[in-house]
Amino acid sequence: MAIQAPARPLDLPEPEPRHGWLTVAATFTRRRPLGAFGAAVVVVMLLVGIFATVLAPYDPLAVDFGAMLGAPSTEHWLGTDAFGRDVLSRLIYGSRTALIVGFGAAFFGATAGAVLGVASAYFGGRLDLYLQRLMDVVISFPLIILALAMVSILGNNLPNLITAITIPMIPRCALVIRSSALAIREMPYVDAARAAGFGHGRIILRHMLPNVMAPYLIMLTAFLGQAILLEASLSFLGLGVQEPTAAWGLMLRGAAVEFAETAPWMAIFPGLAISLAVFAFNLFGDSLRDALDPKLRTL
Amino acid sequence: MGRYILKRFLLMVPTLLGVAVLTFALLRIVPGDVVEARYIAAGQGQFVDRDLMAQERARLGLDQPMWKQFARWMWGLLRLDLGISMWTGAPIVEEIKLRFALSLQLALMATVVATLLAIPLGLVAALRQDTWVDYAVRVFSIAGLATPSFWLGIMMILGFLIIFRWLPPMIYTPFWVDPWQNMLQLIWPALAVGYRYSAVATRMTRSAMLEVLREDYIRTARAKGLWLKLILVRHALKNAMLPVVTVIGLEFAFLLGGLVVTEQVFNLNGLGLLFVEAVARRDYTLTQALVMLVASAYIVVNFLMDITYAWLDPRIRYR
Repeated sequence: MAIQAPARPLDLPEPEPRHGWLTVAATFTRRRPLGAFGAAVVVVMLLVGIFATVLAPYDPLAVDFGAMLGAPSTEHWLGTDAFGRDVLSRLIYGSRTALIVGFGAAFFGATAGAVLGVASAYFGGRLDLYLQRLMDVVISFPLIILALAMVSILGNNLPNLITAITIPMIPRCALVIRSSALAIREMPYVDAARAAGFGHGRIILRHMLPNVMAPYLIMLTAFLGQAILLEASLSFLGLGVQEPTAAWGLMLRGAAVEFAETAPWMAIFPGLAISLAVFAFNLFGDSLRDALDPKLRTL
Repeated sequence: MGRYILKRFLLMVPTLLGVAVLTFALLRIVPGDVVEARYIAAGQGQFVDRDLMAQERARLGLDQPMWKQFARWMWGLLRLDLGISMWTGAPIVEEIKLRFALSLQLALMATVVATLLAIPLGLVAALRQDTWVDYAVRVFSIAGLATPSFWLGIMMILGFLIIFRWLPPMIYTPFWVDPWQNMLQLIWPALAVGYRYSAVATRMTRSAMLEVLREDYIRTARAKGLWLKLILVRHALKNAMLPVVTVIGLEFAFLLGGLVVTEQVFNLNGLGLLFVEAVARRDYTLTQALVMLVASAYIVVNFLMDITYAWLDPRIRYR
């Protein structure tokens, strides 16, 4: 007697339809208005950075000794600096520096951290032990001191600055990712993959990395703000981007402090730009963390 | 417990050794050395007598093989001898002493400011979760994280200058000489830095409180009809404090050495500025000593935290 195969093997409910990204964005906005505000500011910043050439009223490097230390006026909305350069234009171009350093350092830092963290958790044993000690060492250096040493060794151009900011981020991300990956390593599907004879590389890339995406994204967004802040601090100390490049931290250096009383706009606006940018990135990252993994504590 | 402490204590050794090796190597990879830096500072970069430079290097022990220099430094550290500064020739302990006092005081004051802000704010935010109070606290603390403390410092000074025509004293007076003058100078950087560092602790207090408030024993205490304030202080806050204290402790260790930029703004001659100077002058011995000081502060605080955790939660010891 032949066994009749049932028409539907199991009476499963229909899978939920995949939401388009617009629906996801709308839900995010409704549930987390602060995060949506942050995201909006980030988008505006990106647009300003991309279209800087169109938006900036003046050349950010154009020196005009006739308009030195000019107060905000109809010609120069946010005033001019000690060389007569337009503060607004320099702020607009400065967003490029901030975004490049921010995204560059955050991406490389979080990615390298994720790879190290997953490898450390997956292989365990000796490798894990050595990697952990190495991470301990790097983490015990104060952030700014490590960045300072890196910049003095490498010299201060933009790629080196990004490297200097990336390095202290790697172990901080690796620690978080490792603890998530430790739990994933014990999952049955990882055992299954191993039993099926897949190589380590494939298991790590295809089975483990996608499952630490949540902490990875969280660390990435948290690093964005930190990287921008660190870049500003280094530039303020004279160890970051060099004059005459437009960068927010650099605009706060030297003349901005010297002439703070007579020309306060030079000190006020770049600081506001830094704060607003980092604030927006943090708000967005924070809400993203709440949405993805309420239990994870970062920052 | 004893075995756990010993194991955890021994784990500090490779970390410290790693920090030492890394610092030593990093410094020697940076181009230039103290002898060159001194000639450049004296304005004779181009006309240097090679023999004189070699002599100077020999005097400072810079001509010796790397491993010998490292061994000499390690031997000194083991005997708690930090050596002498390559730039000034004075003992490093003397160079660091006054500046350490300043940085320590500032770090302590900033920690007090951060704690006084963080615990009440975090508590209120947790109790009024998802109301406008919670949102306000969150915005306040994220703004703290976002504002560079050096810029906040500039704004404070500017505000005093424009509104009150007054400037905080710019010359450091030790606390034991004139406490009033000392406070008048240090309270502003402490506020600027403390606000920034309160952000992390505020959020930690909030999330730890939220977790604890959902525990069964809190419900039991309320069902018993205990006074709410008593529950909060005796049952909830006490249990929520551990992660908060950890965060504050670790921040404190970083504050000791990490205030480079704020010190610059407030014209404070602390460890941060000394560090920048030492690196610029390629003063190997002084830089090494400073990094070791700050890193070991962090490592020791971390160690103490782990021990406290293990003491409070026996499960950790047997991991």
